[in-house]
Amino acid sequence: MREGEFRNSSGCAISGIFSLTGKKFSGEKIIRSIAVMRERSNGLGGGFAAYGIYPEFKDFYALHIFYDESRAKRECEEFLETQFDIINLSKIPTRKTPEITDEPLIWRYFVAPLPSRLSDSQLDADEFVARSVFAINTKIQGCHVFSSGKDMGVFKAVGYPEDVGYFYRIDEYEGYCFIAHGRYPTNTPGWWGGAHPFALLDLSVVHNGEISSYDANRRAIEMYGYKCTLMTDTEVITYIIDYLTRKVGLTLNETCSVIAAPFWKTIKEMPKAEREKHEYLRNVFSAQLITGPFSILVGFKGGLMALNDRLKLRSMVVGEAGDTVYIASEESAMRAVEDSFDRVWSPRGGEAVIVRLREG
Amino acid sequence: MPYVYNEYEIIRSPACNSCRVCEKQCSYGAHVYRDGKMRSYDDKCVNCHRCVELCPKRALKIVKSNMSLRENANWSEANIREIFKQAETGGVLLSSMGCPVKYPVYFDRLLLNASQVTNPSIDPLREPMETVVYLGSRPKAIERDGRGNLINNLKPQLKLNIPIVFSAMSYGSISYNAHAALAQAAQELGIMYNTGEGGLHDDFYKYGKNTIVQVASGRFGVHKDYLENSAAIEIKIGQGAKPGIGGHLPGSKIIGEISKTRMIPEGSAAISPAPHHDIYSIEDLRQLVLSLKEATSYTKPIIVKVAAVHNISAVASGIARSGADIIAIDGFRGGTGAAPTRIRDNVGIPVELALASVDKRLRDEGIRDNISIIVSGSIRGSADVVKAIALGADAVSIGTAALIALGCHVCRRCHTGKCNWGIATQVPELVSRLNPDRGKTRLVNLLKAWEHEIKEMMGGMGINSIEALRGNRLMLRGVGLNLKELDILGVKHAGE
Amino acid sequence: MTNYAYKLDCPEKIIINGCLGARYIGAGASNKVITINGIPGNALGAYLDGAEIIVNGNVQDAVGDTMNGGRIIINGSAGDVLGYAMRGGEIFVKDNCGYRTGIHMKEYKEKRPCIVIGGSAGSFLGEYLAGGLIIVLGLNRDEPPVGNFTGTGMHGGRIFIRSEKPPKALPAQVLCRRATDMDLKDIHAYISEFSRIFEIDINDILNKSFYVLTPNEKNPYKLLYTEN
Repeated sequence: MREGEFRNSSGCAISGIFSLTGKKFSGEKIIRSIAVMRERSNGLGGGFAAYGIYPEFKDFYALHIFYDESRAKRECEEFLETQFDIINLSKIPTRKTPEITDEPLIWRYFVAPLPSRLSDSQLDADEFVARSVFAINTKIQGCHVFSSGKDMGVFKAVGYPEDVGYFYRIDEYEGYCFIAHGRYPTNTPGWWGGAHPFALLDLSVVHNGEISSYDANRRAIEMYGYKCTLMTDTEVITYIIDYLTRKVGLTLNETCSVIAAPFWKTIKEMPKAEREKHEYLRNVFSAQLITGPFSILVGFKGGLMALNDRLKLRSMVVGEAGDTVYIASEESAMRAVEDSFDRVWSPRGGEAVIVRLREG
Repeated sequence: MPYVYNEYEIIRSPACNSCRVCEKQCSYGAHVYRDGKMRSYDDKCVNCHRCVELCPKRALKIVKSNMSLRENANWSEANIREIFKQAETGGVLLSSMGCPVKYPVYFDRLLLNASQVTNPSIDPLREPMETVVYLGSRPKAIERDGRGNLINNLKPQLKLNIPIVFSAMSYGSISYNAHAALAQAAQELGIMYNTGEGGLHDDFYKYGKNTIVQVASGRFGVHKDYLENSAAIEIKIGQGAKPGIGGHLPGSKIIGEISKTRMIPEGSAAISPAPHHDIYSIEDLRQLVLSLKEATSYTKPIIVKVAAVHNISAVASGIARSGADIIAIDGFRGGTGAAPTRIRDNVGIPVELALASVDKRLRDEGIRDNISIIVSGSIRGSADVVKAIALGADAVSIGTAALIALGCHVCRRCHTGKCNWGIATQVPELVSRLNPDRGKTRLVNLLKAWEHEIKEMMGGMGINSIEALRGNRLMLRGVGLNLKELDILGVKHAGE
Repeated sequence: MTNYAYKLDCPEKIIINGCLGARYIGAGASNKVITINGIPGNALGAYLDGAEIIVNGNVQDAVGDTMNGGRIIINGSAGDVLGYAMRGGEIFVKDNCGYRTGIHMKEYKEKRPCIVIGGSAGSFLGEYLAGGLIIVLGLNRDEPPVGNFTGTGMHGGRIFIRSEKPPKALPAQVLCRRATDMDLKDIHAYISEFSRIFEIDINDILNKSFYVLTPNEKNPYKLLYTEN
């Protein structure tokens, strides 16, 4: 059994580190941070998303792909050739470790849409890439694109997150933002694609909790052209955020007011303009409301967002230390990598924490 | 007609003191006082329990007769009795209320989920739990003003505090007092009642904010004030109990206030043609939808009500593109004041399957946001409401359940106009038996209880807003269903 | 300008020139006079509530649908389903009308709708007629100016047909007889109004006899029901 064949819910640990100045730091720090929360994982999935790691290819989409076998690789590459200029391709570097086994073929491609293909499609480049990713993941057997953004990458596997970090040599990457995930799935998938983060284009999501609105959200988002192939919460949350921000044009704050909407009772007590905005958002995007426990970290180009469900059923702590912001399921995960904080707090349910690179 | 023993027997205990209450209460004449004692005419009894409940001595009991024809699995007693009746009269069999025949009830083959460990259930009594729904179409895109603020580009919507409305039942098919109770209950609950095709009585204009007014093929009582005095306008194309069949209220019933409300002269038959004669095709529906919007300056959502028939998903797809805001789908088990038995019992499909396929079809076509879905026929309890919403409905509509709350005992004799409970009758002394205030209280009680149960079931699933339940089919599992049924319902089998 | 805008900021006299297919003009309107030069679209004057609409040209389908009051004058011909379920007001058509004119017209108290057709009418004229008047003058032909199945399902109202011969193939539930002077007196006001509006000499209208169709109360449509 692999993801997509059953609904897999899971508990988890999440951690994120963001440099407000854009100063790059090594991935070694995020490994240490997530390792502290080993108790929250069960060795059945771990992963990282890193931003600012591919400066030499920053204008190209970096596709990270798992292949079950070389046939899948051949078929996928044939498809890629028809859609993209492939600027660079390589195996993603890994270290052997006894903790991580059964690895698939793991390849990385830096690509740009073929100009003629792109103009024929009448899509923008992002949508073109997104559709190509859906096409590969749904149509080509044994092949899974798990990262497709620019100047960022996702690395994930079955295992404890610190072992996954060692395996992928995360310590050798330097970026301005890292997020990490340790998974506690309630099934035992043997498949790497089901690990987290889940990503589409520049957007990557790690998530802790199990949402009760899953199928309502899934069936709604699939109407807008998304295909939920993994049947995980993280996947559907990623698509909802991508849909609301990239396709509908909502701001991140508005997006949070949709997915973790305040209760009607709370809305009723708001000042007029605020109230009308929330009434509108809840009404129009009622199918994108997410209920049940979740805390999520959302990495995007130049920023990081954290959000709890509106009842705050999962833990999440934010810490500021100089120009660096830390967000994690547990405070210990931040303290493990930073001695002194200017401020440490727990955001309220439904209250988004959004940090962005400072201008200049 | 061959003599056939009665279906029911009235048993009178020695406690009877011949007070004659039963005689007074029975509009069918089943009780008669003669020669110093009460006598029963079992053949007249419809088993409506009016006499049983009103008997001060608790001396009455009605039992199903154990005298039966020699039935077999093919020739049921009902089949045989129906042939007797038709052979005698040459008449078309006429029945009322919903289809009583044993077809599968899919709601009874679906089970709900609850949270264990991986996510928390919620206590609805103490924690926030939301059942408000807005029905109507959703805008295709957001718009912003010069300062970047969102502009409210929503079309008019229907707000319901709980996802339940009262089904269309005309003044004429049910009594003034029944309508008064429904209207008042709708107002108190923050939901809607529906005029049916009977026009709107002057006394009920004050409930306009909780009124859905109906425009059916006969257009009875339809005029500008009627349209404007509403929360929404419903175009009735069909009804689950009698898809494809028009209506006929005989001239003898068009008297007094009924005549006034329908705006036709006393004694003139009210015939609703089978189709709307200005709708012979889907583009004509769009014309009627938009002409109603024009006439009301685009201030009202428009509902299109159709019976669940074989090609319901194609029908719904057409309606979703017609400019209508809400589609109401009435399943074949839906009730009626009178319908030909054969139509009622043999035409249409179960609403669960219709709903599942419509919701899927509209999503497959990317037009689910164009329209909200109300389903009916038949919703018997709060679990049916929850299951319908999980299958994909935005709200449900209840007719029979509401009438039962008002005192209906489902004796299925609405078409006689002699309802002893004052509901399906226009006879003043019978109507007066139904106290509208008491009726309202009972309706409010019923739906408050359902609301709490709905919240309890949602809470169990860890859902605290009804919109997160809508179309959430993973919360359902089938039992005893075959693969095709599961496929149409879009649910897994229990254990999967 | 949308119909909605007309309603918001609406002069009492409106003239629409070069009209081509715009639907729902005057839907639900009252207290105004709308003159249309051209071909208005479907559902002209639906739910009309007292306004007057004058069309210089032909009209399409579903004109005067569920009309409650007012007047529609058509200097030309009308399409199908004219005056469906109309409860009040008057429609005057100079020339012909299509199928299903005046279906399910009904009257109530002081409201007594009337449709006058100068030319001929298509089939199913006055189907389900429950009240009101339909007058077909047939000024342009000698044969009875109606199609088949006139008055099918009729259970009220009257249909007048100007013709020397009675229409053919009427259902058994409809009575057809030559109009008496008393009958003609009832419709005289409408005929003289028609003659005035379209400037046709009334004597050229009254020079033929009329037949009047009424429901046959002794032979109503009857489906025998058996309680089950």
